[in-house]
Amino acid sequence: MKRLTTQVAKWAWHLPFMLFSSLLFADTTAGEASSLNLRQGATDISGQVYDLHMLMFFICVAIAVLVFGVMFTSMYLHRKSRGAKPANFHENVKVEIAWTIVPFLILIFMAVPAARTLIAMEDTSEADLTVVVTGSQWKWHYKYMDRDVEYYSLLATQREQIENIFDKGDNYLLEVDRPLVIPTGKKVRFLITSDDVIHSWWVPDFAVKKDANPGFINESWTKVNEPGIYRGQCAELCGKDHGYMPVVVIAKEPAEFDAWMNAQEAIAKEAREEEQRLLSMNMSMDELMREGERVYNATCAACHMPNGEGLPGVFPALKGSQMALEDMPGHIDIVLHGKAGTAMQAFGKMLSLKDIAAVITYERNAWGNNTGDMVQAKDVYAVANGN
Amino acid sequence: MSKATEIMTPDAVAPQDHEHHDHIPKGITRWLFTTNHKDIGTLYLWFAFIMFLVGGAMAMVIRAELFQPGLQIVEPNFFNQMTTVHGLIMVFGAVMPAFTGLANWLIPMMIGAPDMALPRMNNWSFWILPGAFLILLSSLFMEGGGPAFGWTFYAPLSTTYSGDSTGLFVFSVHIMGISSIMGAINVIVTIFNMRAPGMTWMKMPLFVWTWLITAFLLIAVMPVLAGAVTMVLTDKFFGTSFFDAAGGGDPVMFQHIFWFFGHPEVYIMILPAFGIISQIVPTFSRKRLFGYASMVYATGAIALLSFVVWAHHMFTTGMPVYMEMFFMFATMLISVPTGVKVFNWVATMWRGSLSFEMPMMFAIAFIVLFTIGGLSGLMLAITPVDFQYHDTYFVVAHFHYVLVTGAIFSIMAAVYYWLPKWTGKMYDTTLAKWHFWCSLVSVNLLFFPMHFVGLAGMPRRIPDYALQFADFNKWISVGGFAFGLSQLIFLALVIKACKKLGDPVSSQVWEGAEGLEWEIPSPAPYHTFETPPVVK
Repeated sequence: MKRLTTQVAKWAWHLPFMLFSSLLFADTTAGEASSLNLRQGATDISGQVYDLHMLMFFICVAIAVLVFGVMFTSMYLHRKSRGAKPANFHENVKVEIAWTIVPFLILIFMAVPAARTLIAMEDTSEADLTVVVTGSQWKWHYKYMDRDVEYYSLLATQREQIENIFDKGDNYLLEVDRPLVIPTGKKVRFLITSDDVIHSWWVPDFAVKKDANPGFINESWTKVNEPGIYRGQCAELCGKDHGYMPVVVIAKEPAEFDAWMNAQEAIAKEAREEEQRLLSMNMSMDELMREGERVYNATCAACHMPNGEGLPGVFPALKGSQMALEDMPGHIDIVLHGKAGTAMQAFGKMLSLKDIAAVITYERNAWGNNTGDMVQAKDVYAVANGN
Repeated sequence: MSKATEIMTPDAVAPQDHEHHDHIPKGITRWLFTTNHKDIGTLYLWFAFIMFLVGGAMAMVIRAELFQPGLQIVEPNFFNQMTTVHGLIMVFGAVMPAFTGLANWLIPMMIGAPDMALPRMNNWSFWILPGAFLILLSSLFMEGGGPAFGWTFYAPLSTTYSGDSTGLFVFSVHIMGISSIMGAINVIVTIFNMRAPGMTWMKMPLFVWTWLITAFLLIAVMPVLAGAVTMVLTDKFFGTSFFDAAGGGDPVMFQHIFWFFGHPEVYIMILPAFGIISQIVPTFSRKRLFGYASMVYATGAIALLSFVVWAHHMFTTGMPVYMEMFFMFATMLISVPTGVKVFNWVATMWRGSLSFEMPMMFAIAFIVLFTIGGLSGLMLAITPVDFQYHDTYFVVAHFHYVLVTGAIFSIMAAVYYWLPKWTGKMYDTTLAKWHFWCSLVSVNLLFFPMHFVGLAGMPRRIPDYALQFADFNKWISVGGFAFGLSQLIFLALVIKACKKLGDPVSSQVWEGAEGLEWEIPSPAPYHTFETPPVVK
């Protein structure tokens, strides 16, 4: 019985190592998104990081095999049941000095390549292109420096997939409406910050993970070798929907990238002109409500909930609230500018005047808030410009 | 103590009764008013076990939600409350009180003292704990729910963006901190003043040494935690801006303060474990501990280094590169004294005469699995790779290996080792084997695959995940449920032992056991060492 137990014990202790060694086989598929191991990724840096990771891993496995090997040997050879008599030694200065010095040398061996890679990763100088990345609950905003292009990037996975009503797509939770687009072969610098809590912008294939701290700007960079779609996620707990804040980056050949950038600038210009035209137009109640519901569900429902009841004690209800029923200028103001010291963000730069007008109309007429109030783009414009 | 009782209530105790000092008060007041180190130790240990089951139940909720992708059981906001309160309960409610319970039971018996030096404070430091956790748990039932910002409560998520329950969270952490500080003061005063004649510093059992060093760590860093929660409180409710850039503060400063507490805290939860293993391995190797002096120095070195490595939790916050280097190198250095400990244990076993009773089984599992956690810790120290590991399940795997198969396994080893001394009866060895093997297999099924999903890119603290993580998460959840159920075997075993079922044991209990606690009868009398023993 005792013998059997020892055998089972040995087997059980080896199990983790058998699993660990399966990592090595996963190595052959690295570069693709392995489900077992770090990725080699799409940049020189991410490749260096991967090599460093494997070096550390093998050193750790070697140490483990050595130490546990000695221990298991002792457990086998020096069992009392095998008649082992205890030896008397309990110190040995030479051995003790050796096993203090040798690990120290191993550490130096590890530290040198690690320091070299680290210095390369932190060198953000001489970038070809700079993108300002701003996190907010729970979306990313990208702004290209020196170009007239900026936009929000939101989770594109349908609510019904999350709630298990529809089947989940291949890129479940790793898909956005408007990905960040960058050129290949160029050094792209990221300036990373936040509008509210701390987020962390992470693309595993670039080995870039940097916290977005409110009120401070962090720097990072990448230079992508291959065109492709690279997916990541927010990596710092940022509240309720932390798990629903993906990062998607498309790397395009420089010529393609330039074409895309010019098209985006043209679209942005057109949208501004459209906005001016809308100021003199009135939308019907039906139109406002239809548009408003769409905007509400995409932008507001995460906190105030689809039924307008909010989360008691965390996010206030809009249904039956004094602001939604009575104070219209206050309502427009809080949507435009947010409320300092709370989770309520300023949506003035995220939504168009028309969207804001529609969503406020919706909030004042949905869920039994039957005020009959209609808000038009020009009303929002008036509050935004202080008249 | 007993002399005072004798004078005040001469009728209650028969004067000729030689065992009169062993009179044990009855009923609930025995436990409420007790100043006896053994009673208080028992209270701490039961409290820790109950909290372990409560925190474990929350882990079951987490694992049930993560069993498959999509939202099934809970809403994200409640999920975040579960991860937060699970962490707080396991750290402050399970691991730390369990070690304090063991310290209470064992330190006086190991150094030949009649009791702890400050017995009334000892009572107080225990009895404020249940209140603290009632406050914390009750906050879950508040409108808006309990704390949902992670046990690390990073600002401004825990200030501007948190719910109203933050006030209760802060208050409960304050009480936990006060309790820990009082416990630590008691340990230090006891060890400094109440050692038996001849019990010189370098003769103290290693459990006493590691706890002494732990107590100094506690006194150094618990006030820092108290400062951090107080600043969170005033930022949230009283308009200060410690962590708000808009008012001139800095959210990253919060992390520096928190981790200046948090990293020594990690060693607070592992140094007593080192002490336990250093008691158990020699006993079942029937051979003296190898390198006693180097064990003491290594513990001291780890404690000192723990104050200069905190920012390795913060590599992605955007530090200057020279600071990243400093914290990387300092962190790597910790593996040297930690390695010395592991080597010493292995050398103690080498050419011993080994037997594998349950305390030894848990101790060996500790050495292997803690070392795995230590090695992944070394990998995490390497800054450029940490950028990839940080805030993924790789980190979750790492700290559960050092905390569950490290700290918790050492506590279980300790319970199996000293339980016969406490109750006078051998525990149920069949249940113990079931408990050990079920725990060992399930805990690895639970935590080992977390390395893989972490490396593959799954962030921690998410209620839902991409499809490529689904297979492993299913197995992780199965392992989690199995590990949770396995602990009910332990509960049954401990209840049986407390009912004093089982075979009587000798005062030495284990063939190779050495030390003062093995020289007193089993079960240990209510009062021991009223006349100090002389240590040769």
